[in-house]
Amino acid sequence: MVIGSRVRGKAEAVLIALALSLVAAACLVPVAYELSLSLSSNTAVLSRRVGLIPVEPTLNSYREILKDGSVMRALGFSAWLTTVFTAVAMALTTALAYPLTRPELKGRGLIMTLIVVTMYFSGGILPLYILVKSLGLMNTMWALILPLAISPFNVIIMRTSIAGIPESLTESALMDGASYFTILRRIILPLSLPIIATLSLFYAVGRWNTFQDALFYITKTTMYTLQLKLSYIVMNNTQPEIFMSEGAESRLSVVPAALTAATVMVATLPILCVYPWLQRYFIKGVMVGSIKE
Amino acid sequence: MVKRRSVGQLYALIALPLLILLLFCYVPMLGVLISFQDYSIFKGFFHSRWVGLAVFEEIFRNKSFWNALRNTLSLNALNLVLGFPAPIALALLLNEVRSRPFKRLLQSTLYLPHFLSWAIIGSMALQLLGDHTGIVNALIERAGGTIIPFLSNKWAWLFTYQGVWIWQSAGWGTILYLAAMTGINPELFEAAEVDGAGRWRKMWSITLPGIAPTMIILLVLQIGRAVNIGFEQPYMLGNDLVQNFSEVISTYVYQVGIKSARFNVGTAVGLFQSVVGLVLLLGANAISKRSGGEGIW
Repeated sequence: MVIGSRVRGKAEAVLIALALSLVAAACLVPVAYELSLSLSSNTAVLSRRVGLIPVEPTLNSYREILKDGSVMRALGFSAWLTTVFTAVAMALTTALAYPLTRPELKGRGLIMTLIVVTMYFSGGILPLYILVKSLGLMNTMWALILPLAISPFNVIIMRTSIAGIPESLTESALMDGASYFTILRRIILPLSLPIIATLSLFYAVGRWNTFQDALFYITKTTMYTLQLKLSYIVMNNTQPEIFMSEGAESRLSVVPAALTAATVMVATLPILCVYPWLQRYFIKGVMVGSIKE
Repeated sequence: MVKRRSVGQLYALIALPLLILLLFCYVPMLGVLISFQDYSIFKGFFHSRWVGLAVFEEIFRNKSFWNALRNTLSLNALNLVLGFPAPIALALLLNEVRSRPFKRLLQSTLYLPHFLSWAIIGSMALQLLGDHTGIVNALIERAGGTIIPFLSNKWAWLFTYQGVWIWQSAGWGTILYLAAMTGINPELFEAAEVDGAGRWRKMWSITLPGIAPTMIILLVLQIGRAVNIGFEQPYMLGNDLVQNFSEVISTYVYQVGIKSARFNVGTAVGLFQSVVGLVLLLGANAISKRSGGEGIW
């Protein structure tokens, strides 16, 4: 009896491990398939012979992307945008979070309320669109930076983290006549490097992946983000002109499917590169976010 | 008491971010007022005529608005049935894995899709599931079957949409449940083992009740979002063939408000969505509290 149930328990454990392995494999298959497509030859892709292993392996699609220019330009713009966005967002987030930890600041409660309210209420897509338009920010980088630069969630995490720094450090610095700017620069920021890294990653990944705002605010092809470019490629999948419509003279020698796959890989690669950190930090973020106030 | 002469610096620091917050979050909140106006961007907010509820009357007479609302509600309802249980099932299974390295590996893999953008996922869906371009249908045809119109038949599309959603979100969704599971008192399991309870019995009678509060909170939040669907997923997965089912409120607002430049109509639809969403959230929270569960506040 006992032995029987133990054997059954083992069998169940194996079954569970197998089922989970299958689910995990399902998470990877689409990525592996894209990679395989992007590395296969035209004819193989066209005849749909490509599976998870590249057929007639070639780097043609990547070469084509390099030559075409529009994808590389989008990649470059996305990288630049993500960098500027992350720097601006972190600066604003810190500048907002730090004073909120100081009891000397009057109206802290009101400001906190203002911040928390934005987590639950927004004017919606259109009022923001009209605002961006009225401010003359259409087709500028700022349209993709300012509206997303202050995440209330990140401000609260930052504030909580700074509030955990021993008050005695600030007190003695104030005693020595240091100003708040100095304290922020010399004490708070150096002690907040881990949280700064974490939040920067949050901001950067969010900026990298989002294309909704670029779709709304950007019409100039030179300012397409990579994700926006990719969304247009997919939307116009039947029309290969999308690659040539931007002045690139290159003749298309690769079918769109392989080009699309190569573009997908270019868009995915940065995420894969930071993935080990992503996971760790984002899980913490989920946990913090779930704690009731 | 230390003399704090530099306190003004705190206000200087906070001024700019606060200004940006007010400008980009609060000005748009006031901006919803244009849904009560005969708004035109040339006349602007201050010179447009007030028309009361005329814009809303127009929306409520519009069939495509009701269509978008119906699609939003039904996609969310289907998500409640298919999508909501997925991370729970996955977390229950993950919780049974004893080997820590194996569990970590599984988790790392399961979390990956969460970090891919909808533009990427949309491309993948097309290349995997397209009628004549996708590999899945190529394999089906080669095996002698008839193709499945994953993305081109509106009924099939409903399930494709959920499947893609589950693929992207279920793994990540396990995090809160797994955390709740570690909070369950291990003595309960030991006692159950002494009483001869097997794996499934423990799962059913201890683990599931243990994560019930988390389930209820997430359920309340999900019901509160019944009229909300993010823009990017339906935009990327939708196409002309399934538009009748794939047009949801967010994509409708984009079509009407931005593409057709009917700003007041788009704003009014957005406002309608916010108000209904708020009522649903408050309602679900109240019901959850009254029935003895935890609320989100």
